[in-house]
Amino acid sequence: MAGLAAQLQRQLTDYTTSLFNEGFLDDQFNQLQQLQDESNPDFVVEVVSLFFEDSERLLNELATTLVQQDIDFKRVDAHVHQLKGSSSSIGAQRVQRVCIPFRNYCEEQNVEGCLKCLQQVKHEYTLVKNKLETLFKLKRQLLAAGGSFPM
Amino acid sequence: MDDHHQLINGVAGRNPETNKITALIVDDNMVNQTIHHRLLHSLGIENQVVGNGKEAIDVHCSGKIFDLILMDLDMPVMNGIEATRKLRAMGIRNTIVGVSSRSVNEHIQEFVEAGLDDYQEKPLTISKLLSILRKVRNQAEL
Repeated sequence: MAGLAAQLQRQLTDYTTSLFNEGFLDDQFNQLQQLQDESNPDFVVEVVSLFFEDSERLLNELATTLVQQDIDFKRVDAHVHQLKGSSSSIGAQRVQRVCIPFRNYCEEQNVEGCLKCLQQVKHEYTLVKNKLETLFKLKRQLLAAGGSFPM
Repeated sequence: MDDHHQLINGVAGRNPETNKITALIVDDNMVNQTIHHRLLHSLGIENQVVGNGKEAIDVHCSGKIFDLILMDLDMPVMNGIEATRKLRAMGIRNTIVGVSSRSVNEHIQEFVEAGLDDYQEKPLTISKLLSILRKVRNQAEL
């Protein structure tokens, strides 16, 4: 059991490091982890789940708004602004970064640019979602194997 | 936790047992609401969450008062600029800090002029919050 826990611990550390090195996550994610303690052991998972829900709602709304005949760019911008805010709050750096050119295209009322950014932001969101789910799965496996991870 | 409590007592100069700092979080985004609530809680600050500027006004109309108000800018129903103006017009003198993901040079002048004591760009962190709490202390001493 101890061997398995040690192996999972190493795997988790390497995986976490890769997420930071590849720019999927930034220091804000560390801040979230610091806010997690015994009184709130699932804080990070809870916040990240809220982020998933919120992002999916916003991405759907963006997809609907951007195919309309008369595009309400103020509305598009408001959605992108929301997405930028929540992605920066959890440290989903690559999602947040795509929101910057996206907002510029909104200001220019550039439909093509907006649609291109929507594809990019969807792509980045799917990537970081899969990565975070893998990270949480590794943590659950480690706990089940009797290991613990530094908070 | 102990470090945080020491910091907060040092910063705000209050006894947490008898005179806790209270805060109101005004933000429409659930992710931010949850993080800000937890951040303040980790520093021993009792706090309440509302979803837009109108609700912040309503809470104050019902007689509640907070040492610190963390005010988002872009919100439905009533945004942070209008809410800050209204709170100031109601005679609320407590610390109001604008917290938004807009960068400092991105149209926040109007927000500041509505009556903010401070502005912090999101994401909010422990160190930003500690800097805010220094302002709360200064405000209390005036």
